[in-house]
Amino acid sequence: MHKLLRQIARVGISTEAAPLPDEALRQITGRLNDEVLRLLGRALAIRHVDAGSCNGCELEIQGISNPYYNIEGLGIRFVASPRHADMLLVTGPVSRNMQEALRRTYDAVPEPKLVVAIGDCGCTGGIFGEGYASCGRIANVIPVDVAVPGCPPPPAAIMQGILTAVQRKS
Amino acid sequence: MTPLPGGAPAWRAEVDARSWRGASEAAAAAGARLGALWASDERQLGGGVRVRALLVCYEGLVCLELLLPEGVTTFPDLSDLFSCAARMQRAINDLVGVRAVAAGGHPADERGWLRHAAWPADVFPLRRDIAMASVWPAGEDRYAFVPVEGDGVHEIPVGPVHAGTIEPGHFRFSVVGERVLRLEERLGYKHKGIEKRFEEMGLEEAIRLAGRVSGDSTVAYAWAYAMALESMAGVIPSARALLLRALLLERERIANHLGDLGYLGNDGGLAFGLAQFSRLKEDLLRTNARVFGHRYLMDRVIPGGVAIDVDTAATAVMLEEADRLERDIRRLRAIYDDHAGLQDRFVACGKLTAETAALLGVVGLAARASGLALDARVYPAHAPYDVLEPRMCTRRHGDVAARVNVRFEEALESLKLERRILRRLPLGDCRIPLPTIRVGSLGFGWIEGWRGEVFVALEAGAGGTVRRCHPHDPSWQNWPALEHAILGNIVPDFPLINKSFNLSYAGQDL
Repeated sequence: MHKLLRQIARVGISTEAAPLPDEALRQITGRLNDEVLRLLGRALAIRHVDAGSCNGCELEIQGISNPYYNIEGLGIRFVASPRHADMLLVTGPVSRNMQEALRRTYDAVPEPKLVVAIGDCGCTGGIFGEGYASCGRIANVIPVDVAVPGCPPPPAAIMQGILTAVQRKS
Repeated sequence: MTPLPGGAPAWRAEVDARSWRGASEAAAAAGARLGALWASDERQLGGGVRVRALLVCYEGLVCLELLLPEGVTTFPDLSDLFSCAARMQRAINDLVGVRAVAAGGHPADERGWLRHAAWPADVFPLRRDIAMASVWPAGEDRYAFVPVEGDGVHEIPVGPVHAGTIEPGHFRFSVVGERVLRLEERLGYKHKGIEKRFEEMGLEEAIRLAGRVSGDSTVAYAWAYAMALESMAGVIPSARALLLRALLLERERIANHLGDLGYLGNDGGLAFGLAQFSRLKEDLLRTNARVFGHRYLMDRVIPGGVAIDVDTAATAVMLEEADRLERDIRRLRAIYDDHAGLQDRFVACGKLTAETAALLGVVGLAARASGLALDARVYPAHAPYDVLEPRMCTRRHGDVAARVNVRFEEALESLKLERRILRRLPLGDCRIPLPTIRVGSLGFGWIEGWRGEVFVALEAGAGGTVRRCHPHDPSWQNWPALEHAILGNIVPDFPLINKSFNLSYAGQDL
């Protein structure tokens, strides 16, 4: 036990300041009014859905929970069911084999809800594009509030996308 | 047999249906494994469908090529010789429309594997007369899971959307109480038509797509693709470029092992482990971004060499980092080893015996944790691993603890290799241009990624395009092993056992 405690003391706190929101990432405006956002604050519950990514974006989404980004320190946490979530964080392109599962997951999130699309493929279909097995970008299947480009976008950019989605305008 | 030039020792042999079986039986009896199995529509070349089996023999890779005459839609089943062939054969039927049939004439498993409901059963999207943009109305998705009956048996369906930040797939558990009687996996949810997409690309640009088959193994895939392309071109990159590729591959291995060691601690109830290891991983990724310009090293391996170089300042940064990382990994390993609660979860959990692993054709770190001596870096040791001489890390017990220990030792071994590379990097061109590639050339790449061996089979079309590319993930071989490792364990241990394999969904769904 003393080794474990010594390691914690040795490392200290490595959490860095959170990035600022960026309105340029917003796709749909006014889905949640300011009153809802005020009540929600940053007590946000997120459900992640991989709708067909290469798994690169998943690595960076896992990254936002590491001690440097510490997203839980902002009151934001990942939940195990869409029914407990305020926001879907979706990576893709949406494969046709995941289209139905993504729609059902979206329907299971209680209103009001937000969707943040992660990565070049989520934003545009990326290198996989559209085809017999791929629906392309997330917005082709469910409404997207904020889209974060990058292949994959680094953790700070993903946090910025999440924070943009819940930013109040006044 | 015709030998092929290039980094991987490989031969190709044209066979008929009888010698397809005969050669496979002889190879299986001599201890060969099945590396990959795929098919191509060759009706435009005056044949029917060509099925290829890549056998991994002691001498290297032997590719059996069976050309079916036009109109023939069956070929001899290999799943009795190599059990991992079963899912690959189902995928071949889904995509190209030829079915594996056993000796008695009865077809093997007739259920779709990659086809769910996105296209009809009589359409085969990898055939050349089907356009990439073809779309069919979604059909009904029914899948006949194998039922388990008995007093008190019930089923737990999980997925495709899982309760963590992981990839989609379906697990059907049949349980009594909390003990697992049977697990059946259903994959293919991420199928997005990668092999079809390759056929719209140029040979050199398609390396970007190869690097996105499974993002966590981008270096392994890009290198395997480059190796296949360079084999067709008859070109060998400079010693400097090959050592830099090995540097990238080992850094990819370290990053993934650090991530897994953190999650394995977390799933075993020690959140401290996740915090510590995810910090170390983030440090490594930041160094990657600073030195190589990308956190996960995507698009750094290119045809003919590498897109990066290291100078003395970068060398100093990475050598200093290696010392720091080694010290931290050893400290954390001592904490994991001493933690009774964690070891209680790890030891004897999710056991895969050497016998089962060999029977299933398991590869990579999961094979080494079950006592099988398989590591393409050690044997056949393609360049530059022939001069780097890595030490193979194995364990005998095949449980979660063994897979944790193999990761610890491989991460430390990779740091050693990294130092060896940085201290002996010769001068040379980082990239050499490739000549024009002859239509119909075939090349193979074979790289030991962090999860296991990645193969790429590449065929050149006219005008420098990809005629056919089949990327093969080690997860094809290892997913069925998870169904065995969980048997007799309790449902709550599944996340831990699953994580200890950490297989790719994207890589096998294609």
